[in-house]
Amino acid sequence: MTPALLRRAATSGQTAPTVRSVLPGVRLTLGFTIAYLLFLVIVPLSTLFVRTARLGWNGFFDAATSSRALAAYKLSIGTSVTAAVVNGVFGLLVAWVLTRYRFTGRSIADALVDLPFALPTAVAGVALTTLYAQNGLIGALFAPHGIKIAFTPLGITVALTFIGLPFVVRSVQPVLETLPKEIEEVAATLGADRWQTFRRVILPALTPALVAGVSLSFARAIGEYGSVVFISGNMPGRTEIAPLLIMSKLEQYDYSGATAIAVVMLLLSAVILISAGLLQRRATRRAA
Amino acid sequence: MTTFKTLARLTLALALVAPIGSTAAAQEKVTLLNVSYDPTRELYKEINARFAQVWKQRTGQDLEIKQSHAGSGAQARAVIDGLEADVVTLALAYDIDEIAARGKTLPADWQKKLPHNSTPFASTIVFVVRKSNPKGVKDWNDLIRPDVQVITANPKTSGGARWNYLGAWGYALQKNKGSDAAARDFVGRLYKNVPVLDAGARGSTTTFVERGIGDVLIAWENEALLAVKQLGPDRFDIVIPSVSIRAEPPVAVNEAVAAKHGTSKVARAYLEFLYTERAQAIAAKHYFRPTGPRSLAKYGAAFPQVPQFTIDELFGGWSKAQKTHFADGGVFDQIYSTAAR
Repeated sequence: MTPALLRRAATSGQTAPTVRSVLPGVRLTLGFTIAYLLFLVIVPLSTLFVRTARLGWNGFFDAATSSRALAAYKLSIGTSVTAAVVNGVFGLLVAWVLTRYRFTGRSIADALVDLPFALPTAVAGVALTTLYAQNGLIGALFAPHGIKIAFTPLGITVALTFIGLPFVVRSVQPVLETLPKEIEEVAATLGADRWQTFRRVILPALTPALVAGVSLSFARAIGEYGSVVFISGNMPGRTEIAPLLIMSKLEQYDYSGATAIAVVMLLLSAVILISAGLLQRRATRRAA
Repeated sequence: MTTFKTLARLTLALALVAPIGSTAAAQEKVTLLNVSYDPTRELYKEINARFAQVWKQRTGQDLEIKQSHAGSGAQARAVIDGLEADVVTLALAYDIDEIAARGKTLPADWQKKLPHNSTPFASTIVFVVRKSNPKGVKDWNDLIRPDVQVITANPKTSGGARWNYLGAWGYALQKNKGSDAAARDFVGRLYKNVPVLDAGARGSTTTFVERGIGDVLIAWENEALLAVKQLGPDRFDIVIPSVSIRAEPPVAVNEAVAAKHGTSKVARAYLEFLYTERAQAIAAKHYFRPTGPRSLAKYGAAFPQVPQFTIDELFGGWSKAQKTHFADGGVFDQIYSTAAR
């Protein structure tokens, strides 16, 4: 799903060549691709459904729709969507600055963007919690105004924004780099003001990549466990994310119950990602 | 020239023979895998080295004991899913019960195979407070005071934290002549004072120590002593409540796997070694309470006297406690769903 989005983002704007490849080995590579996907994606995900099927319809319904599970879906999806959208706005800004301006430390800033990719998530979680707890460097600034960040949904959103940022920047950046600066100048000479240039010229070209980046950021956030458990506080019904609920089911050896929640999350994520894909395709068509 | 040739031939011959020699040596060597939980890493490192010496003296065999550490429940699931543990040494009997029930690699009555419920060394649940105890916390009933914040991990995800919960429950039960309703009310009020439920016991320690959140940390005694010693005797004190639960981290030979590896004998000897005075002394050094009467007499003085109840006495064993309190929809969930309403 998501690699497809990425690929589409990368080739957006150009019409994909449908000419037969000059290189041989279609069968070999196709065979490999299918086997690869089969063992790494299709079989593992199918066992998820098989395990859930053992519960029976009623058992599945009970496990998947308990009030705690519902609260967890709401929290997980709400914070993931918020984080992805925040990343959409600020990731675009970061990508813009990194490609359009030359300043000292630019390459360092560029390298820093990848850090959330590389950092073990538990390290990120501990570091963020230290900063955003009430006695933390940043948390202490907000605490006097009655704003608690760590151990609230806000804190979860902060962690998810952190881990999702590189996805947006790295999706948008290559497209921005290939976007000739001249078209902005052309737009200006044709009488467009700055806002119009951005909205009517640049944004449409960027939208497919931006949607792809935001989708990836969302997909990453929805499954995130390592960094969130430290900053969320894990209060039942309030700051329990869906992956934590899955862990707590596993801790009771309730494998089927755990997979029931996993299946719901999988379906909800699929729906959101497919909608994003459709949105992206529409945007691509409009851009072309 | 000839000497050179002879030398070359000799070297070649040696090179060919050498691997055979080393395989023979490898067959002499025995390996055990001890799958354990998080805070026992240093303890078993020391015990393993000692037992390898003992085994070498006794049988002439080289013994290597490999260790694996993670959360108790995660380790049990790994063993059920096929991690080839020769012995398991986990934080609570329930996790080994589940290996017996699901993995079927050891018998259901595994806990009767070794003394003291298969628990070579035990611990208990105590409180860590800030230096000189500013909130004056002395016993469990101070934890439900509205001005006291309590730090403990989520018992649904942390095996260790289940002992904390049951400790509070047992105290209230004994204070109120066995009234479950009173115990439930007490535990409910205690968890109202918990601002953060970390996923694991170590996370709770971090919350209390590093973030400075909370007035009391409920912890295993061995972890509390270690934390206070490592993180600052000048910053924290330990408070021993009037009564507490006996935390029993049990051990067992994972019989089917040991039989397959041909290590049944050494695995059993290893666990029996844990009950010897030498091993008990190492355990006491790592702040676990010895269980053997002689070791207890020798090292018991280092540990404050505290009346302890066991999970079998008050809760009818782990399986029952797990089902009543920590299963989905159990008492712990009910406490939170009534609190949310």
